[in-house]
Amino acid sequence: MSVKYDSISTRDAFGIALVEAAREYPNLFAIGADTTKSMGFKPMMKEFPDRVINNGIAEQNMAMIGAGIAAAGGRAVIATYAPFASMRISEQVRTFICYPNLDVKVISGLSGLSGNIEGVTHQGLEDIGVMRSMANMVIVVPADAASCTAAAHEVLKYVGPAYLRIGRGAVEQVFDSNYKFVLGKANLLDAAGTDVAVICNGCAVARVLRAKAVWENSGIHARIIEMPTIKPIDADAVLAAAHDCGRIVTVEEHNIIGGLGSAVCEVVCAGDSPCRVTRVGIDDIYTESGPHDQLLDKYNLSPEHIASVVVSAV
Amino acid sequence: MNDSIRELKLMANTIRRDIIDIAYKAQGPSHPGPALSCTDIVTALYFDIMRVDPANPQWEDRDRLVLSKGHACPVIYSALAEKGYFPKEWLETVRRVGSHLQGHPDMKKTPGVDMTSGSLGNGLAAALGMAVYLKHEGKSSQVYCILGDGEIQEGLVWEAVLAAPALGCDNLTAIVDCNHLQSCGAVPDIQDVPGMARAWEDLGWNVLRCNGHNMEEVVSTLEVARDFRGRPTVIMADTVKGKGVSYMEFNNDWHQKIPTKEQYELAVQELEEAQKCL
Repeated sequence: MSVKYDSISTRDAFGIALVEAAREYPNLFAIGADTTKSMGFKPMMKEFPDRVINNGIAEQNMAMIGAGIAAAGGRAVIATYAPFASMRISEQVRTFICYPNLDVKVISGLSGLSGNIEGVTHQGLEDIGVMRSMANMVIVVPADAASCTAAAHEVLKYVGPAYLRIGRGAVEQVFDSNYKFVLGKANLLDAAGTDVAVICNGCAVARVLRAKAVWENSGIHARIIEMPTIKPIDADAVLAAAHDCGRIVTVEEHNIIGGLGSAVCEVVCAGDSPCRVTRVGIDDIYTESGPHDQLLDKYNLSPEHIASVVVSAV
Repeated sequence: MNDSIRELKLMANTIRRDIIDIAYKAQGPSHPGPALSCTDIVTALYFDIMRVDPANPQWEDRDRLVLSKGHACPVIYSALAEKGYFPKEWLETVRRVGSHLQGHPDMKKTPGVDMTSGSLGNGLAAALGMAVYLKHEGKSSQVYCILGDGEIQEGLVWEAVLAAPALGCDNLTAIVDCNHLQSCGAVPDIQDVPGMARAWEDLGWNVLRCNGHNMEEVVSTLEVARDFRGRPTVIMADTVKGKGVSYMEFNNDWHQKIPTKEQYELAVQELEEAQKCL
């Protein structure tokens, strides 16, 4: 199966959605911590330079400026790389954005393994776990550029705290401009399968779709669910998968603790259907530097590995 | 003494009475010492300097206050109640389950609180965000932020100190309540920074100083800060922790503590005596 990449990165896709939102909302500000160029702010800087702030390499200040803007009546978008967008500003996001439920969007780049050649310092391996534990927080993980555009548009329209997890370079293309994103709703890519359900998001989706051919060779018909919103998760879709399939495999570009797999387990455990969940992701270890695709292959997200887990789950 | 200054001094005395009441009646210990040190500043802000409307707490054109040293919130709760934002009876509920008045300021639960605060070191950066927004919107609103002199050991304070002049926020006034004590002891014993005021100046701030308990001086310094253009202003206010209650002054035991009945009655008596002299 040939691999086709997006023509633009998820960061650029976000940047286009951002400038469109800036046109729509005259009180929307974008704040970066020396990340205004690297996090997709360029189109907005060109059109609305007075509403883009680069406050220097000071992420906590960035988060609090965003909180202050929102507290004074504006809307704020803050953006930096995943480890800083989740952990460096964790307390600011929790206490001053989520607790007062302010309209601040946290845009997290270089997430998952897409911090690739920079190594562990710039990879977002725990960010969803950190953000998921904060009340009022909405978390969205798009799969590619087209879905990022659609998701960013809805996230920027939503009023309240949200975490949009995007990558670095162009990733494998999964969707096109017909992609429909509904906040909090799963996207059934293969609805009919009942042998096992595969729930995935982010750039794992493309790899799951590549793995599909392998497990189908084994006669397995899997339900494939893209779960772009991790919080609030589409519990109905998860419970239906548990009921109909009895086996779920989750696939994500995140530590297997705290992310999509954990969220799915929480829903399944509270449901009525007996269901075994197998989580595929980074096995609670620190990774290393390297090209994104090679890291995905090495750290459990190769189509072959995904397929083998799905086959053994049935 | 002109009438308006006398009125402010009377109000500060009333607020001190409220702080002592809160300290005595609250279910757990509150922070009377750090509230009393900034009482005169908060009184001057709410009852003279700040443009606010208690009938419309969300008025877009109002001035804002961020109490970055949020543990001193009894002073804000009293000022807001005296100002008419909510009934004075609420003051007896501070820190109790179900109260509108949380252990640290909560902008969604308490009318008149402009920003959630109390995790130290965060308030100035939030005030900076407010100042950026209000200036961009063409509003003449001023943003005030009260910090502790111990609190400015926090790193994020200095991220905001660096950013504010660069962002041109001359509508921002930081007030450092220099009461010389922090939870574990005297500020200079814990982190001695003799050039503190100079540091702010070198980083682009307009630096003013005042005696934080001389009401004339507090008001006139705040007026200078409000009208100053071109740079953000910081006021180094020299204060006394526990100001107004003899046994609390300079005594760090009252950072967070519940008075006994005898101590409560003595404090009330002292404040009543002080009021007669105004």
